[in-house]
Amino acid sequence: MKIVIIGNGMVSYKFCEKIISKLSAQAAEIVVFGEEPRPAYDRVHLSEFFAGKTADDLLMAPADWYASNHITLHLGDPVQQIDRNTKTVHSYKGITEAYDYLVIATGSSAFVPPIPGVDKKGVFIYRTIEDLELMRDYAPKAKRGVVIGGGLLGLEAAKALLDLGISDTHVIEFAPRLMPRQIDESGSRILEQQLKQLGLQVHTNKNTSEVIGEDTITGLQFADESILEADMLVISAGIKPRDELAKLSGLETGHRGGIVVNEYLQTTDPEIYAIGECALYHGMIYGLVAPGYEMAEVVATHIAGEAQQKTFTGFDMSTKLKLIGVDVASFGDPFVPAETSRSIVFEDTMKGVYKRISITNDGKYLLGGILIGDADAYNMLLQTSKNKVILPPNPEDVLLGARGGSQEAGPGVLGLPDDAIICSCESVSKGAICTAVEAGNETLDAVKKCTKAGTCCGGCTPMVKDLITGTMKAQGKYIRNVICEHFAYSRQELYDLIRIKDVRSFDEALDHYGHGDGCEVCKPVVASIMASLWNDMILDKGNDVVQDSNDRFLANIQKGGTYSVVPRIPGGEITPAKLLVIAQVALKYNLYTKITGGQRIDLFGAHLSDLPDIWEELIAAGFESGHAYGKALRTVKSCVGSTWCRFGLHDSVSFAIQIEERYRGLRAPHKIKSAVSGCIRECAEAQSKDFGIIATEKGWNLYVGGNGGSKPQHAILLAADLDSETCIRYIDRFLMFYIKTADPLTRTATWLNKLDGGITYLRNVLVNDSLGIAEELEKEMQALVDKYKCEWKEVVDNPELRKRFNHFVNAPGAKDPTVKFDTMREQKKAAEWK
Amino acid sequence: MSTAISTNTTVEWFYACNVIDVPPNGGVCVKYDDVQIALFRFARRDAWYATQNMCPHRQQMALSRGMTGTHDGEPKVACPFHKKTFSLEDGRCLSDETECSLTTYPVRVENEKVYIGIMQEA
Repeated sequence: MKIVIIGNGMVSYKFCEKIISKLSAQAAEIVVFGEEPRPAYDRVHLSEFFAGKTADDLLMAPADWYASNHITLHLGDPVQQIDRNTKTVHSYKGITEAYDYLVIATGSSAFVPPIPGVDKKGVFIYRTIEDLELMRDYAPKAKRGVVIGGGLLGLEAAKALLDLGISDTHVIEFAPRLMPRQIDESGSRILEQQLKQLGLQVHTNKNTSEVIGEDTITGLQFADESILEADMLVISAGIKPRDELAKLSGLETGHRGGIVVNEYLQTTDPEIYAIGECALYHGMIYGLVAPGYEMAEVVATHIAGEAQQKTFTGFDMSTKLKLIGVDVASFGDPFVPAETSRSIVFEDTMKGVYKRISITNDGKYLLGGILIGDADAYNMLLQTSKNKVILPPNPEDVLLGARGGSQEAGPGVLGLPDDAIICSCESVSKGAICTAVEAGNETLDAVKKCTKAGTCCGGCTPMVKDLITGTMKAQGKYIRNVICEHFAYSRQELYDLIRIKDVRSFDEALDHYGHGDGCEVCKPVVASIMASLWNDMILDKGNDVVQDSNDRFLANIQKGGTYSVVPRIPGGEITPAKLLVIAQVALKYNLYTKITGGQRIDLFGAHLSDLPDIWEELIAAGFESGHAYGKALRTVKSCVGSTWCRFGLHDSVSFAIQIEERYRGLRAPHKIKSAVSGCIRECAEAQSKDFGIIATEKGWNLYVGGNGGSKPQHAILLAADLDSETCIRYIDRFLMFYIKTADPLTRTATWLNKLDGGITYLRNVLVNDSLGIAEELEKEMQALVDKYKCEWKEVVDNPELRKRFNHFVNAPGAKDPTVKFDTMREQKKAAEWK
Repeated sequence: MSTAISTNTTVEWFYACNVIDVPPNGGVCVKYDDVQIALFRFARRDAWYATQNMCPHRQQMALSRGMTGTHDGEPKVACPFHKKTFSLEDGRCLSDETECSLTTYPVRVENEKVYIGIMQEA
């Protein structure tokens, strides 16, 4: 049998994946034609292209995946003609292929409204990676960006403009509110307010009549005579199914576009199927990826002739998204009329949260709803409405959580029926997940591998985790947070055992408390515990091979396999003479230099065998390791403070240096960052750090548990108006308590969020000494401080250790010949990887 | 030194390094003409393995610097770049079934010297 697929987008790829799992390479020959120059990529996460992902990162599978699964892939070669009589297709490049079954997955293109002037320079659409590349090249010239379209895609495009550095970005919507198809008026109002706070200008009720400018756009003219100046415009006003080829071939299409299909996704020619955004089922285009995947599954079972035939019967269009940092979700029927339902609304304009659910008049069932600003409950609510789960006696509990008691609201994920779909991308039911767990797949990875749940958007991961724990508990299994198959202990238990038994090497730990050979999970955990306890040289006693790769070579591995070097610059203070040394070293070893976010200088592109020589020169000039490679104290940032600043209350630089030198080299479950600000203006951004200090009239305020990164969180005030000595004692206690009790790779923010009793409990332990351990914590920290040595100095001074910094064991000193650099802005950069 | 395996393939053993050059329970990279081979020493079970040094995921010469370990007793290595793990027995990727497999090489130790076997078509 021969199957030809027209189009190579996400749904086409998913169809390939499904059909090869059902038919062997001998049973089916598969040929795919794609219009774009690259294989299928993840269009759902397109905006991440501007947030640092490369086109390759977004690929659904590398080009060689198709070949290794015996799929012929023609890229940059759209099919131009279907000859239904001879059952052949003809491509742009002149290829003719016969088919037994033809699958059209041509997707959609951007709908461009007929506004005069849309052909001007500076006007873009937002659809493909090529569109994004054009936008990226143009954006540096633009000061003000405008997006036409306040729907889902329009807001995505606005996010892209913000990511491109255009801080003055406007959204134009024809309707009176944002996202009119998904959310109600109150929800739109909250969303608009939140987006405005994030710097996005929103104009609703605006009908664009013309794009003005000579050759290049200079602004927009609206029907109400007003004008908005702009030098870049992105049109994202909707999608248009790509049905032109089907139309040409005499297949039935809808009035407003789309290829008409039946419940098997067959077009009016039963040997031709259409799936994804080009297919029109019961008058509806399904513009999301999950229904497209469902269509791919239906067609794959149909063509493979599986005994149990599936049909497509429409799809729930519930969605949850993060738009420019604001959660937006709608589920079930978000617009149930008031006569047939009752609604419960929660609105918090302070926090920008809006939640509305519609329930049946008898209060028994959930019909649908909208969540803005906080959509944590989305999965649960979606399943409750889909599966007609009976609501608790006070239905508002599902929205607000039960109040006045510690019991969880509603029956929870375990109360769902077995056919409840948990992963809607891959259509995995609760029953399938529980069966997999009962069959022995007791970790998230194992369940993912076995059922594919959570492998697409990952939104269902928390529910899958709950199902794993719940199912295991139901089987009477005791759930322990163990490290891995080699150590049946939690990190805290292992920490205590290693301390009591005075274990100094990984092999010893394995002999006493583990079994097997260890793995990439437990090795760094044990190494980190030993470093936190003993502060011995981490490369001694055979422990070098159990360190994470960066710790093993005391440097950060970068693209291409070279390393970066970060000398410690305490508090960000450096003399001109030391700056000169860094410059000389960088020139001598041809290193790319960049100022880091932590007020230090990073030197990139060092060959492994050059590292000891580089450090020898840096150490001779008085530098020491910055531990940028370790789960350890990184940097203590500072503002210039009272020595120069007219607002400064205390000398923040001196205090930052004192703190950085106290905790340098301290290893912990995860990296630790800190900062000291000389006044409440907070120029050092101390509240975004694991521990941060801000000067007050009377002393220092100490904040803990802050975080930047992907989930920013402000640190919480632990104690106020402290003198320097008390402040340091509290930091000693805080860090030591964290080191002793946190799970592996858990930052202080996450640790504090999970800590029973939260900041009140922590304050009781650290400040009021409720556990009576404060003195012990301080002592333990002092012991670590006293044992500090610069590990790079130890390597430089030790010929045996130096020998390990070679790429080839049988050609010492020879550099890896595959390392390649390109040039950019007069410096080198790593060659792009494949 | 060469050993016949079947009628048309022989293994050419080349001297890679001494046992003492390889950290116990770690790996090193061996240069064989223009080929880079990752050599791993499992000291706890006195076993040796060799694979291509290039991780197929991003085509980085890095596996010799990866962390070794076992999964259900099967020896494996984790690439330092993105932690993809590969079986050292047959080279298949353990964390992603769609990922390409590694080429593996036989290893032999005699008189504290380590030899890696390269297949030669007769």
